[in-house]
Amino acid sequence: MTDIFKTSLTGLAALAACTALTLGTPASADKASNTLNVAFAAEPEPLDTYKIAGRQGLILARHIYDGLLYKNLDTGEIVPALAESWEFTGPLTMEFTLRQGVKFHNGADFTADDVVTTLNTVITPEYGTRYSISVDWIESVEKLADYKVRINMSKPFAGAVEMLADALPIYPHDFFGENGSSGMAATPIGTGPYKLVSQEPGIRYQLERFEDHYAGSPKAGATIDAITVRTIPEMNTQYAELMSGDLDWIWRIPPDQAARLEGRVQIISAPIMRIGYVGFAPEALAGDSPIADKKVRQALIHATNRGAIVEAFAGGASKVLNTPCNPAQFGCEQDVAAYDFDPEKAKALLAEAGYADGFEMEMVFAAMPRPTAEAVAADLANVGVKLELNEQQYSSGIGKWRARELPAFFSNWGSYGIGDTAFILSNFFGGGADDLVQDAQLAEWLTEADTASDRAVRAENYAMAVKKIAEEAYWMPMYNFNVNYGLSNDLNFTPHPDEFARWWMASWK
Amino acid sequence: MLSFLSRRLFVAFCVCVTVSALSFALMFLSGDPAIAIAGAGGRAEDAEAIRIAYGFDRPLIVQYLDWIGSAVTGDLGQSIYFNLPVTEIIGNRVGVTLTLGFISFLVALAVAVPLGIAAALRPNGWIDRIALIIAVSGQAIPSFWLGLMAIVVFGVWYGMVPISGAESWQGFILPVIVLSYYAVPELMRITRSGMIDVLATDYVRAARAKGLPMHLVISRHALRNAVLPLVSLAAVQLGQLLSGSIVIESVFALNGLGRLAWESLLRSDLPVVQAIILVLSLLYVLLTTCADILNAVLDPRLRGAT
Repeated sequence: MTDIFKTSLTGLAALAACTALTLGTPASADKASNTLNVAFAAEPEPLDTYKIAGRQGLILARHIYDGLLYKNLDTGEIVPALAESWEFTGPLTMEFTLRQGVKFHNGADFTADDVVTTLNTVITPEYGTRYSISVDWIESVEKLADYKVRINMSKPFAGAVEMLADALPIYPHDFFGENGSSGMAATPIGTGPYKLVSQEPGIRYQLERFEDHYAGSPKAGATIDAITVRTIPEMNTQYAELMSGDLDWIWRIPPDQAARLEGRVQIISAPIMRIGYVGFAPEALAGDSPIADKKVRQALIHATNRGAIVEAFAGGASKVLNTPCNPAQFGCEQDVAAYDFDPEKAKALLAEAGYADGFEMEMVFAAMPRPTAEAVAADLANVGVKLELNEQQYSSGIGKWRARELPAFFSNWGSYGIGDTAFILSNFFGGGADDLVQDAQLAEWLTEADTASDRAVRAENYAMAVKKIAEEAYWMPMYNFNVNYGLSNDLNFTPHPDEFARWWMASWK
Repeated sequence: MLSFLSRRLFVAFCVCVTVSALSFALMFLSGDPAIAIAGAGGRAEDAEAIRIAYGFDRPLIVQYLDWIGSAVTGDLGQSIYFNLPVTEIIGNRVGVTLTLGFISFLVALAVAVPLGIAAALRPNGWIDRIALIIAVSGQAIPSFWLGLMAIVVFGVWYGMVPISGAESWQGFILPVIVLSYYAVPELMRITRSGMIDVLATDYVRAARAKGLPMHLVISRHALRNAVLPLVSLAAVQLGQLLSGSIVIESVFALNGLGRLAWESLLRSDLPVVQAIILVLSLLYVLLTTCADILNAVLDPRLRGAT
């Protein structure tokens, strides 16, 4: 249904958009009032970071709240935010010296109590933090002094520092203690560069620059006074608003539409962490499937013209991948077996495996554009492999995968926007519910890599795992996604691969 | 009249229960809600935790009875996505939808009925031809395309009206025009055909023969009979305008009930979807029941019929 709706909408509306684009007036941004007008197609969730998953809500939340640390994506460095300094005092303990003189939007002073209350609350199962992976490594948090805290870890977790870098915001303890998650959602109060002045949840948000934002913040230096965020579900309406100057910032523009808008407004394509993949399930069907044969899997990759697919349907900053992780992620070794587009070789491999006449196989695809799946099917048909394509919602697709009913699943994974291989490989090859490869050796390397505190040891183990996955062709990695941003011609904006828009860094030309 | 009324209300009640039970079952057929709520980055563990937290692990019938039990006391539950009471969310959005639906309905009636009568008075005359063109184009042009074209012309080129949003009353101008344009054809055609039939009857001929002016013949004698099918159709149309404006709400970024239903369906926000289905089916039933009663008032013959 989604797709019928979307295809018909985009298909027929393209006509309207074309007309709009040929005759549209040039944009004039809202520079005069120093207000950034933003639109999202999807509704932001309630602004309690711990409970939500969608980028829209999380982007707003990162303008309102701060974490203990912050990751500078340009340098890859972790820098101080609410914590002035930190150190590992033992294998499972970290100590933080907190910054003094930081104010919350409601005037309260930031102290150790805020850190202790916030983190000790969100780690309890009753709180219901959305992603257990983000907090399940914290055993408890202790106050050592007014501006000093210790985090006791429940298990070694290499992603701990990444998580503390802005993914775990600190709430004011008085307000949060009294009002809980729904209170934070209704009245978000943080220490961030912007404060929320009004909201109609899911519809409209008004942010204003926080004049008392602490000096030395990695988010300091915002120049735009106000940000208005609206939900405009129809992309064509967003284009019209952008071109008429009522919007300054939109994103996730499909590649064909981006090409049409180019020249009238600013279009920027930026690579992101999310990658597309076809997962194979050699173990799940207990060997009772052609996919259990390594040669068959390699043949399928050789047979697929991934370069053409990327060029035709992803465009922009997307590239064909050879690894089951994003090259931008730590530990994603690139010196691995690569499978060029070579249908003859594919046929030879299939013949060697005893499938000279090909075979039939089901492939479910979810959250991927239909043309990409159809292109894969067409390429495989050329070497005699008939794919029975089946499009499903992500939830039903992954449900079937977990139930071990599928030989192949075509979807994508965003690694929570985090630049570390830990956030993709362990889920699919670490032995859990999504792992239908069940390679014990892989699981062992990944456990070592996920938990070691020495970065060299981590890198080495990830490298071994990545090489083996490529060699065994457990996955057909497709491409890294990109996002097209549409900006008014007056706006300076730098996109980041984690898909967190940083409007505090934006300015007018 | 009383037995007619009670019979109608009983049927209405059965319809509501059936619709809510069916929709409840369908939501679970369309995929595992726990995985859907955990989102595209959710691990199996997260989905399990959600399944238990929201009680999706209980038998379907238990979940349904639980829901319907609180629904009759006015508690429609908590939205999973917004973490707010469902009644509050629906309350926030229903205004836009009702405003849009009712105004479009009135505009559509104001255009369709006179045009239908005029067309019936001179079949195949020039008014009838124009009416036919409006009817055919109104049914053939997809509403989102018309909406986007209206945006391009009146919003982008001429800047006469806001492109999207419901912040000011001007924001309703384009959506109302587009939505009512879509509702006009059926209402007009049924007025026209009803009038043509009635105008050919003996009592109208008699009325004209005794020298009554034409406008009195139409308003006193013809319209009252021609309007019966129109009332039934109008009730259904109003229901459609109120519940089916998803596309128009999307195009014009009016965050009403239709959009909320669509979005909630995609993110498996079961309590919201259930509540909207309940509210809309109640509305439909209410409207059709009102239409039946109105028809019974207009036409005494219907009161005895089953």
